[in-house]
Amino acid sequence: MSGIILKNVDVWFGHGANRVDAVKNANFAVPLGESFGLVGESGSGKSTILRAITGLAQTWSGTITIDGKALGPTRDSEFYKTVQMVFQDPYASLHPRHTVDQVLSETLSLHGFNNVEERIEKLLLDVGLGPSFRFRYPHQLSGGQRQRVAIARALAPEPRILLLDEPTSALDVSVQAEILNLLTDLRAKRGLTFLMVSHDLSVVSHMCSRMAVMQNGHIVEILSVEDMRAQNASHEYTQHLLASSLGFTPSEAAQ
Amino acid sequence: MSQTDLATAPQSNGWRAWLLSDTPTSRRHAKLASLYQSWLQFRGNPMAMFGLMILVGLVLMAAFAPLISPYDPFVQELGNRLQPPGAEGHILGTDSLGRDLLSRIIYGARITLYIVTLVAIIAPLVGLLVGTVAGYTGGFIDVVLMRITDIFLAFPRLVLALAFVAALGAGIENAVLAISLTAWPPYARIARAETLTIRNSDYIHAVRLQGAGPMRIITKHIWPLCISSLIIRVTLDMAGIILVAAGLGFLGLGAQPPSPEWGAMVSDGRKFILDHWWVATIPGLAIFIVSLAFNLLGDGLRDVLDPKESGE
Repeated sequence: MSGIILKNVDVWFGHGANRVDAVKNANFAVPLGESFGLVGESGSGKSTILRAITGLAQTWSGTITIDGKALGPTRDSEFYKTVQMVFQDPYASLHPRHTVDQVLSETLSLHGFNNVEERIEKLLLDVGLGPSFRFRYPHQLSGGQRQRVAIARALAPEPRILLLDEPTSALDVSVQAEILNLLTDLRAKRGLTFLMVSHDLSVVSHMCSRMAVMQNGHIVEILSVEDMRAQNASHEYTQHLLASSLGFTPSEAAQ
Repeated sequence: MSQTDLATAPQSNGWRAWLLSDTPTSRRHAKLASLYQSWLQFRGNPMAMFGLMILVGLVLMAAFAPLISPYDPFVQELGNRLQPPGAEGHILGTDSLGRDLLSRIIYGARITLYIVTLVAIIAPLVGLLVGTVAGYTGGFIDVVLMRITDIFLAFPRLVLALAFVAALGAGIENAVLAISLTAWPPYARIARAETLTIRNSDYIHAVRLQGAGPMRIITKHIWPLCISSLIIRVTLDMAGIILVAAGLGFLGLGAQPPSPEWGAMVSDGRKFILDHWWVATIPGLAIFIVSLAFNLLGDGLRDVLDPKESGE
């Protein structure tokens, strides 16, 4: 039983002189049921890995295996039933002219579900939105509510693997906690596998059991959250990242 | 995030409150509420309302032409020709064959509306199709479609329309066809530009991750966002379309006599313009007023429909 396995994955954009290598030789494996984090600064290639897995970034090489099946250049509907993604900015990930109902019913009908009505109501309840939100347009929702709708859309095909692209970075702190708790609950209830991108170490330590640290397109270290909490990092960049996440400390000031 | 009561009956709060509700209870309700909010915004623009009123008047005039026109627009009365406005029985005077100008203007509204409606349906649809397909697919298809668009754009509009009419034969249907064929390239350009900004947005990525194909994405997700800017452009172009139609009529390549097309009427009056100014001026004024009305309407619609303005 294997969830996500990446072997020697390179992802690049452009070609010739304009080629930018966004991810270089990425290797990691996420067993089913685990929650795995990808951390690193902006532009380190975290989100690009998610885009390569989902097929949104089409120029990649290496092997990506999902659920024992190696991915080709195109994704079939079965893949989309297994893997879904939640985007970073809930203000950009919902169609401005579609109501919540339209978003969810289209998703459900694309995946060939029949009892669309019941499923929409259940999905909305699952993500903590009542039926009163069903016919609203995105501009009638707050950021947190939008992200809940985006999570409902990702859950609609009943995937086993959820890719989370900084799902809380566009939200304010109190709403971040709500969304993270919602995601934790959903994972427990549905036995989901998470691959979560974040630049926020506290979010990753809350959500994930292991994480990969990325810098300039390279995965520099893979460590468990326990190691991270114990400041037990071997790579220099990871130590630097951990130190900076602690922020200002009196002992540091004294030195 | 309280779960508000589901049953908001229209009667209890009144229709206004029902339409302004932030928590619509059905698909139809959501649609009506968003329409009503656009209408409220549109109503706040007096110039646009003025344009809309003129156009509603034009439509009514065309619909009830036989009832409101005092004379048959085709009946000639040579003894009574070239009467000035205000002459007995002829409020706007008569033309060179003694036909009542007011009646001809009223019947001419039908022809104007016919041309405008057909062009407004054909040209933006062609443009939308070409532009969104080119913008979304990109690559070779994009290059081919946009170069064809460029070729059409490079011709002066009236000259190209003239060439088409000359090839197809004079007549109102061919005029419509010729105008449509020359009017679509700007719409294709707009639609393509909009599509390019939309196609890399997260909500398009999200629906791609649900396995939606390009046809569904173009028609259901990109079109609704392009249509508003196209509608605005169409209403702003209407004036130009009326003028090209009138120009073709003026050159004798549009509507054929004796049909009361406004452009043809101006052309008719040209022969007498020094001594009998009203024969050319009155249909000219009609063209001017309707063109102005469309411009005002387009301006108002831009405020309402532009997705960049109206809060995402």
